[in-house]
Amino acid sequence: MPDGAAPILEVSDLKTVFTTRGGEVHAVNAVSFELAPGELLGVVGESGSGKSVTMMSLIGLLPMPPAEIRGGQVLFDGVDILKMTDDELRDVRGSRIGFVFQDPMTSLNPVFTVGFQIMEPLRKHMGMNKKQARARAAELLELVGIPEADARLRDFPHQFSGGMRQRVMIAIALSCDPKVLIADEPTTALDVTIQAQILELVKELRLKLGMAIIWITHDLGVIAGIADRVMVMYGGQVVEQAKVKDLFADPQHPYTRALLETLPSVTGKRSERLKTIEGQPPAIPEQPTSCSFRERCSLAFDRCARENPALYQPQKGHDVACFWDVKTGGPRDG
Amino acid sequence: MLNYTIRRLLFTIPTLLFISLIIFLLLDLAPSDPTGNLPLSIPAEVREQIRQSLGLGEPIHIRYYKWLVQFFINEPLNIIEQMFDITIGDGDRLRVTSWSTRSPVVDLVLERMPQTLWVVGMSYVVGVLIAIPIGVYSAYRQYSWFDQTGTFISMVGFSVPTFFTGVLLIVIFSTIVPTDSFFWLPSIYDTTHKVTDLASFGFQIRQMIMPVFVLGLFNAAQISRYMRASMLDNLGLDYVRTARAKGLTENVVLLVHVLRNSLIPVVTVIALGIPQVFGGAIITEQVFKVNGLGHLLIGGIEAADIPLVQTLTFIFAVLIVFFNLIADILYGILDPRIRYD
Ligand SMILES: Nc1ncnc2c1ncn2[C@@H]1O[C@H](COP(=O)(O)OP(=O)(O)OP(=O)(O)O)[C@@H](O)[C@H]1O
Ligand SMILES: [Mg+2]
Repeated sequence: MPDGAAPILEVSDLKTVFTTRGGEVHAVNAVSFELAPGELLGVVGESGSGKSVTMMSLIGLLPMPPAEIRGGQVLFDGVDILKMTDDELRDVRGSRIGFVFQDPMTSLNPVFTVGFQIMEPLRKHMGMNKKQARARAAELLELVGIPEADARLRDFPHQFSGGMRQRVMIAIALSCDPKVLIADEPTTALDVTIQAQILELVKELRLKLGMAIIWITHDLGVIAGIADRVMVMYGGQVVEQAKVKDLFADPQHPYTRALLETLPSVTGKRSERLKTIEGQPPAIPEQPTSCSFRERCSLAFDRCARENPALYQPQKGHDVACFWDVKTGGPRDG
Repeated sequence: MLNYTIRRLLFTIPTLLFISLIIFLLLDLAPSDPTGNLPLSIPAEVREQIRQSLGLGEPIHIRYYKWLVQFFINEPLNIIEQMFDITIGDGDRLRVTSWSTRSPVVDLVLERMPQTLWVVGMSYVVGVLIAIPIGVYSAYRQYSWFDQTGTFISMVGFSVPTFFTGVLLIVIFSTIVPTDSFFWLPSIYDTTHKVTDLASFGFQIRQMIMPVFVLGLFNAAQISRYMRASMLDNLGLDYVRTARAKGLTENVVLLVHVLRNSLIPVVTVIALGIPQVFGGAIITEQVFKVNGLGHLLIGGIEAADIPLVQTLTFIFAVLIVFFNLIADILYGILDPRIRYD
């Protein structure tokens, strides 16, 4: 990851709101982050923290209504995606930004052959004819490690196993040589050995093709293995972001620390029970005016109830949104 | 698939035999006398002779057997002879004959079929063609004014019976509207009308408008609901998001990805509805005096014409069994996940 290179993706102050019967849900609240070319950014956070909604907002995949993007800027290669017309956005989607979703069992269309589904973006974005697209699709299947690619193009999704289908999804996402690949919990629905294989595949493809990747997961263990940088989300906000080794060596936010403590440790005593974070993730009905982690935080003090902490940089490249300074063991000033 | 089809076809044989037996027995139980409509002056022994000549003197299993032979062997042979203009055997065999008209039932059916197909069949086609786009668009714009209006109209469409909408239309377009107006429509369907030129074609269209509209509305109401529900089921699925993430246009997402999946159950429903085209439009045929199959059946019932009623009912049963098979096969063709062997 070349330090200082202009970011390929630059998100600032993104706000996404759902209007539901029960009122508004502020699912993404002033999220900002950057992605350098070729970088692998891990995004962690528990269920409902807004990881998926953030990524889908970037690329206009949310149903509107109920979703609405209230503000922010998403610069992709210097151009604001949020200002694009639907047509322009469609040209970016699937060609320069690829998507892989969580559940490979349902993410492919059951009534079309795998070949057809891989060829679709090739024909749409790359202007290939049927023959060229077919040849390229076979190459792609081989690239993601599916043997006998030519024959398998004619198969339907139900003839593939879960892991194989996720490989197909990756092939589709990579079909037009995207600059950014967004993988939303791509291994969560797979069993452990298959997970490991998919991880290996992505690592390998990244070396080969050099695209930047955003990898969403619940699993900090996975992040440790592949990511360059990590972003921790909580309650629709980014609460901490740092280089992987900084985050693991020196977690600043109480939520991150709690997450790290829930990781089973390889060296830890066998009998030790896995820790869980007490309490419920918050529902976010309005613009937060206090820290959303406050109720589950053992370090919370009066300021946390009055203000919502903004990101602050204890050291270069490490942001945290917390009023408590772990270095001094007391409230942070400013 | 071929295996499955053959197996299913073989299986229809006992099914149909059983159905025919039930129909036969039920009608035999009915307390009706084919001579009941004859003048009272006919003496009792002549009536008895008439009954004997109609074959009623024989025991029921003999009559059933004869009907089976006539319907399953003689009639098909006859049709083959006519189609290829040949003579099989001596070409002289007993046919299922209507008591009231003394003409072969199959000939009557073939004679009435065109009217039914024109009016009722056309209304089904029209209904389907209207229903699918409406269903698709209603689902895509769920709760929009278009969807709400569609919901309202289809509620009306299938809750108001066709004999009501039919009569209502007749009252408006055949009686209130003056006869010389452009909007006047004939209330009676003229079967003898022949299309020879543009003007007579115009008249044919005119006389079809009301019955086709009444039945078409009814069919469209039902099918558009199925279509809408099926689209809605699919629109929320993950593969739709994948299709959008590939950068496909909404048209492709909707009309290729979602529609192809949503059509699977709808096509089945449409196939299962086809037999109703033949049998289920009895009332509309009565209202507009279309002398199609429904009309024939009602006439047969009124005249206690048991061979006619029996054969027609059985033909409807055959159609139902047949289109059930078609629906299952279509399902297998449209949905690659279904394997029948
Ligand atoms: N269509 C919707 N309507 C209303 N609220 C929604 C909708 N989609 C998501 N949300 C809300 O947005 C919030 C963030 O959801 P999101 O799916 O981004 O979480 P996530 O971090 O991806 O969780 P997971 O790990 O379970 O995938 C949740 O509180 C959820 O209730
Ligand atoms: Mg998610």
